[in-house]
Amino acid sequence: MAHWTEVCALDDIDNEDVMRFDHNNHTYAVYRLNGKVYATDGLCTHEKVHLADGLVMEHVVECPKHNGRFDIRDGRALGAPVCVHLKTYPAKVEGGQVLVQLG
Amino acid sequence: MSNPYALRGDADAADSTPWFSPSIDRKLLKQLMQRNDRHSLWNYGLWLALLLASGTAGVLAWGTWWCLPAFAVYGILYASADHRAHELSHGTPFKTRWLNEALYQLAGFMTLHEGHYWRWSHTRHHTHTLMVGRDAEIAVHQPVRLGGLLLDLFFLKSGAAQIANILRHACGQITPDGLHFIPEAERPKVIRASRIYVAIFLALLAACVLLHSLLPLVLLVGPRFYGGALTQVFNLTQHAGLDENVHDHRASTRTFHTNPVFRFLYANMNYHVEHHMFPMVPYHALPQLHAAIQSQCPAPAPSLWAAWRDILPALLRQRRAAVAVVSV
Repeated sequence: MAHWTEVCALDDIDNEDVMRFDHNNHTYAVYRLNGKVYATDGLCTHEKVHLADGLVMEHVVECPKHNGRFDIRDGRALGAPVCVHLKTYPAKVEGGQVLVQLG
Repeated sequence: MSNPYALRGDADAADSTPWFSPSIDRKLLKQLMQRNDRHSLWNYGLWLALLLASGTAGVLAWGTWWCLPAFAVYGILYASADHRAHELSHGTPFKTRWLNEALYQLAGFMTLHEGHYWRWSHTRHHTHTLMVGRDAEIAVHQPVRLGGLLLDLFFLKSGAAQIANILRHACGQITPDGLHFIPEAERPKVIRASRIYVAIFLALLAACVLLHSLLPLVLLVGPRFYGGALTQVFNLTQHAGLDENVHDHRASTRTFHTNPVFRFLYANMNYHVEHHMFPMVPYHALPQLHAAIQSQCPAPAPSLWAAWRDILPALLRQRRAAVAVVSV
């Protein structure tokens, strides 16, 4: 059975923004975009920079260091300097809380 | 003796040493990172319009002494494509991606920085800023050779190296430094773009022969050389004379204040410490970023001239400096 981990209250994340979440020695990035939430690995696949320090523009998160861009819905790398896709995790909102099904 | 500034064996290894990062409110930083098509269309549009106007004036005055001031202005504007290409490589001026990419390729050609290669090289520069043996974009090598720096007032040393790289890539060979930082899957793009560059070079030479005139070269490629002095003066302020091998941009990078004309030509890169700390903040928001973190940074030089009063003695001292290479 899927195990959901509570991350934070929905209101802790601004709309069109991202928040860092550390759990079991792993770092994740949790996004809020137009009423939906998404979750990905927290480090850029290019040079392991925290994506939570980056910029969310519509459904794209941009790494704060080198402009690497990923689609937060499916983790697709959208072009140089990122070539490796980002791992994504199921996420949902229940009772005003953000829940993520971690790997 | 081998060049210590060439990328060494462990150049690609991860570096876990944290860099100094100033504290800044997340909401403010997010606001500063926003792209602005309108601002950038105006700014880049003005640059292109001035290029077109000065270039047209030069062509119309060709054969008279009046073409000299026209091409002096054209050359300075043309060579400042170096700073435009740099900003565009970060993807920050335009919210619209294709505008950013199209202008990046144009400005990259103008400054003879083939875009695909330079994107990767510059990524490395931001990861390992001024780390000897890891950063391929350290402009001033120690011990300092003043002759090379003076040659680059007309882009002669760097320009020759850039063209040599382009020719090598066009032949299907990636440079040793490039093999470090360009992933294998991206190398064909470098080779293809370099071949297009070479085709343009050959077309330009053919045009000169057919027209019995140097005018095509004066308009394209040439201005990066004859108009390059101010660009070199700007570029050297970024890191020259400062510390290598430190994980703190406040020690390795320089910010200075300057007038609006220079800021326009230099795309606000006089705020270079701020740019390195937060490379995703577009040029137009760097003054606000500077204001937000200035209490955590060294006081900037009040002018370009004042910055050079610091740089010049440091370069003279570094003529006898030994190079320190650190392992991380």
